[in-house]
Amino acid sequence: MPRGLTPKITIVDYGLSNLFSVEHAFKHLGARVVVSSDPKEILKAEKLVIPGVAVFGEAMFQLSRRQLVEPILKHIRSGRFLLGICLGMQILFTFGEEFGLHEGLGVFQGKVVPLRPEASRGYEHYKIPNIGWHCLMIPSSRKTWTGTLLEDLEPQEALYFIHSFVPVFEEPSIVVAQMQWGERCYGVALQKENIFGVQFHPEKSGKQGLQILNRFLDL
Amino acid sequence: MIRINARLDIKGPNLVKGVSLEGLRVLGTPQEFARRYYEQGADAIFYMDTVASLYGRNNLVEIVQQTAKEIFIPLNVGGGVRSLEDIYTLLRAGADKVAINTAAIHHSELLKEGIMHFGSQSIVLSVEAKQRAPGKYECLTDNGRQRTGVDVFEWVAKAEDLGVGEILLTSVDQDGTGRGFDLELIRRVTERVSIPVIASGGAGCMAHVRQAIEEGGADAVACASLFHYEVAKKAWQCIHPTDIGQLKAHLAEKGIPCRGV
Repeated sequence: MPRGLTPKITIVDYGLSNLFSVEHAFKHLGARVVVSSDPKEILKAEKLVIPGVAVFGEAMFQLSRRQLVEPILKHIRSGRFLLGICLGMQILFTFGEEFGLHEGLGVFQGKVVPLRPEASRGYEHYKIPNIGWHCLMIPSSRKTWTGTLLEDLEPQEALYFIHSFVPVFEEPSIVVAQMQWGERCYGVALQKENIFGVQFHPEKSGKQGLQILNRFLDL
Repeated sequence: MIRINARLDIKGPNLVKGVSLEGLRVLGTPQEFARRYYEQGADAIFYMDTVASLYGRNNLVEIVQQTAKEIFIPLNVGGGVRSLEDIYTLLRAGADKVAINTAAIHHSELLKEGIMHFGSQSIVLSVEAKQRAPGKYECLTDNGRQRTGVDVFEWVAKAEDLGVGEILLTSVDQDGTGRGFDLELIRRVTERVSIPVIASGGAGCMAHVRQAIEEGGADAVACASLFHYEVAKKAWQCIHPTDIGQLKAHLAEKGIPCRGV
């Protein structure tokens, strides 16, 4: 889809994670990128990205401390697009269990719980943290990824994950992709109206990751 | 899937390679090699500053930033990480994980605090293992320059208890020799901890990598000489250089799943 104006992305800086990669991935794709912890800047955002590799409770503490919770929720309520990456997706849920029970933003019902280790099968090791590349699956409720950020993804293209926690979805209809991990199947990408979330790191997943970010830019 | 990582030892602005962490030769710049590895299908890049602890300086930040602007796979950085401030600086510069050895052995609270603050997935424990006697391995620090008297297997177990997310295990004896990984070392560590272990040090051909996975039980490997001498088109000792794509194809043929094959 050809672009008219240069798309603008605002990345929420809450002081914890590697923002540089997300910023440069979007810049590489031709976006204008603002990285900010200023509530006024967040309120002005066209498209908002919440990155994250950190600890749930600490992330929520930092967001509250910087008065970013309300601006993020206002952005969502206004119908503008939001992408949560990894912890950025997890904090959209009601609670997280990392180092104690912490409240999230409560946009989606559900808890973020520890991944449970599974017995290795041959050279597939299921250790915690889950560090590695995994292929995604289309949930049975959908037939394709058309109309989602994953539209360009080939089924054999893996994405990079690094996490020890996963959300338990109480609204299965919002799950866009799943990952088979050991005996279990986890929801690892969500989409509901203007809100998108991915458990993996598109900014670290090579070409296929950049394509996902590009779709977000093209919305 | 088994992860195939490239390990780049850095001194100042240069990519270097030694044997048993000594006798460093300059091969080029880290940025150019990292870009080649990204194109070849590396699953992550490790940048290890080889002199940071010696000179008390961290010069990696600029190199990390330049790399993170161009390559969109995980970039893990180590060498001279001594404080929460160092971890923060490197993460903000584009590193995904920070590898810590010297400071972790001298002050294990750094590990604990780093994990509490940044999450266990942001910290890799780097272990430089030297064999002292059959079955006995000692941890070295300062890029192989200092002895500690600390037993490798006890240390990795302790670090796992502290919450470390992953271990980068380098055999000092085998490193740069191309004679193969230290399989006993790898096996004993993978049996001792339940967190992912990246094996490093000694790969001279594709079969060695298979051994590290099949016999050592490694979750990932980080190779240096094996890949560098392919890009640099130089001969060195008994290394049979290979590119990452070739290696992955070979592993997949032997039933070891790899990304991109």
